[in-house]
Amino acid sequence: MASTQELLYTEEHELVRKMAYDFTRNEVMPIIAEHDRNHTFPYELLPKMAQLGFLGICLPARYGGAGMDFHSLGIVSEALEYGDSSVRETIAVHLALHALPIFQWGTEEQKQAFLPDLAAGAHIACFGLTEPGAGSDVSAIQSRARRDGDSYVLSGEKMWITLADVADRFLVFVKTQPEDGARGISAFIVERGWEGLTTGTLEGKMGVRASNTGWVNMQDVRVPAGHRLGEEGEGFKIAMSCLDNARFGVAAGAVGIIRACIDQSVQYARQRKTFGKPIAEHQLIQQMIAQMQQDLDIGELLVWKAGLLKNRGERNTRETSMAKWFCTEAARRAADNAVQIHGAYGYSDEFNVERHLRNTKSAVIYEGTSQIHTLMQAAYTLGMRQDRPVRCPMPAYDADAWQEDE
Amino acid sequence: MKVAVLIKQTPDTAELPKITVDEARSGEVGATMVLNPWDEFAVEEAIDLADRFSCESAAISLGRVGETDALKHALAMGVDSGLLVDEQVIGDGGEWETAEALAEAVKIADGEEGVSLVLAGKMSVDGNSGVIYAGVACKLGWDLLVNVTRIVDIVDGKLIAEQVFEGGQETVETPLPVVVSVAKEINEPRYPSFMGIRKASRAQIPVLGEDELQVGPSSTVRWEGMSKPEPERVEVRIFEGSTVEEKAEQLADALLAEKVI
Repeated sequence: MASTQELLYTEEHELVRKMAYDFTRNEVMPIIAEHDRNHTFPYELLPKMAQLGFLGICLPARYGGAGMDFHSLGIVSEALEYGDSSVRETIAVHLALHALPIFQWGTEEQKQAFLPDLAAGAHIACFGLTEPGAGSDVSAIQSRARRDGDSYVLSGEKMWITLADVADRFLVFVKTQPEDGARGISAFIVERGWEGLTTGTLEGKMGVRASNTGWVNMQDVRVPAGHRLGEEGEGFKIAMSCLDNARFGVAAGAVGIIRACIDQSVQYARQRKTFGKPIAEHQLIQQMIAQMQQDLDIGELLVWKAGLLKNRGERNTRETSMAKWFCTEAARRAADNAVQIHGAYGYSDEFNVERHLRNTKSAVIYEGTSQIHTLMQAAYTLGMRQDRPVRCPMPAYDADAWQEDE
Repeated sequence: MKVAVLIKQTPDTAELPKITVDEARSGEVGATMVLNPWDEFAVEEAIDLADRFSCESAAISLGRVGETDALKHALAMGVDSGLLVDEQVIGDGGEWETAEALAEAVKIADGEEGVSLVLAGKMSVDGNSGVIYAGVACKLGWDLLVNVTRIVDIVDGKLIAEQVFEGGQETVETPLPVVVSVAKEINEPRYPSFMGIRKASRAQIPVLGEDELQVGPSSTVRWEGMSKPEPERVEVRIFEGSTVEEKAEQLADALLAEKVI
């Protein structure tokens, strides 16, 4: 039986897959359950991921990146989330929601200035869009910026920000023309240490407990005009393009969860005996495992399709939304079934599946809730939504050019 | 100077128990094939020595034509080049013929720089013989160091290394060329880099076949049969008692009776 990997990916991708899964098994899995239990961030993984190039995997080498393609980003995301969602989230936020937007929308000067340190992990970055009163409804954000000479002065509060207390670079979205609604939003790169910027951690999360989630407060933070990403008023488009990047990683990561749930459920079902035989021989257990496998096969194809479009530099908002929507819901089903297969053991943190179940609940909420994706897909199919070209599309992947240092 | 590292492609250790006798006999193993874990330490040391002494490194493996996963892994880790020896050259031969084929390959890999150091892992996780590197040293007529935990220096045509033996450790000096089998304490193998992965995925690995190597049947040992060990029978005993001390006493008696303590 040919696997999706064998059919669709290259030898280079398979070497990336082996390396990333080895990293997850050797470095992530031995420590992550304890971090999850203690609600602590695995700082020790950051230098290791930076050294391997994970933090700039699909940035061109001339900006300090590894110069790999978007399939490789998906493979690494999948492998990391096979261990735990929180580790994959770090890549999604740092790279897909901060570095890639700079690569896509930044001036050459900004790319040269910001990207090498991000790729090397010298700076850790995050993304600040959501506010206490604005999540799915982006145009409702209340944060403001006013121009003052060569600077902008930013005020407002961001909420549910992954890496808020870990990052030292923040891509924040604020209104420069509040009267223009979504068209009045602009994006700024803000640095930790600037006067008026404070952050904090939110406690009591149901899942992704080994990730840092918090708030970012800005009180008259003075930001140089050179730190504005894109044009004034382009913030909404930038934010939406960021989501195209991050949702891809979320979808690929969810595939990793499904795979983890299958591996652990199959192992358990073969060992655990009831009524004189392994539970793997009970048809209702088989039904759950078959459902997981079906979801894995579909999810892999959706992620590959989105990755292919990204490599080609083609607009992929619909395909990435579909992959994120399907894969995260499928991962939640898989984790739910995995807990069910493990029975009472699955309900305890002795096994990983309960952690995956808690983590997958957040995945169907962040990066666009499943309801938002449902509406998006309906709008595409009904002809009520059409993606227009953006001023700065993500460049197509070029294996040779992205590997050149200059 | 050039450093050659002998590697083997073996089944993933997690999948070893699943391999059937028929698969082992035919070589058609339906398992994930990886770089033999013991050899990872030798590969890491080869890369490190190449950096330290500004020399080239080459990985050599005997296996089926087309089965290059282990060599590609070594290249992705950072070894400069790879060389596959077609296992057909040893026919039905065993360890001795394998050692001869690898020794001949080392001579071919010599190139302009000249191989003066051959590294190898302690053993393979499938064959478990742990004698191939000794055979290679014998066939090459080179000195052999085993259980090396640190290569201290290579200077004035000599290699200085630390090796462990039962109950101790010693620092030894030996003239090059030399074959060195490394222990797992010697280093921590690196992960492949993205740059290495790209290089490995594009690499064309030369194959040495019967035209390049002539290995005569010299071993008198042949596999006559093969079987899996009987699964161990595990007995679970639960000690009853009214106090912890009473249960502990029973446990201690049982452990003594089984000669565990």
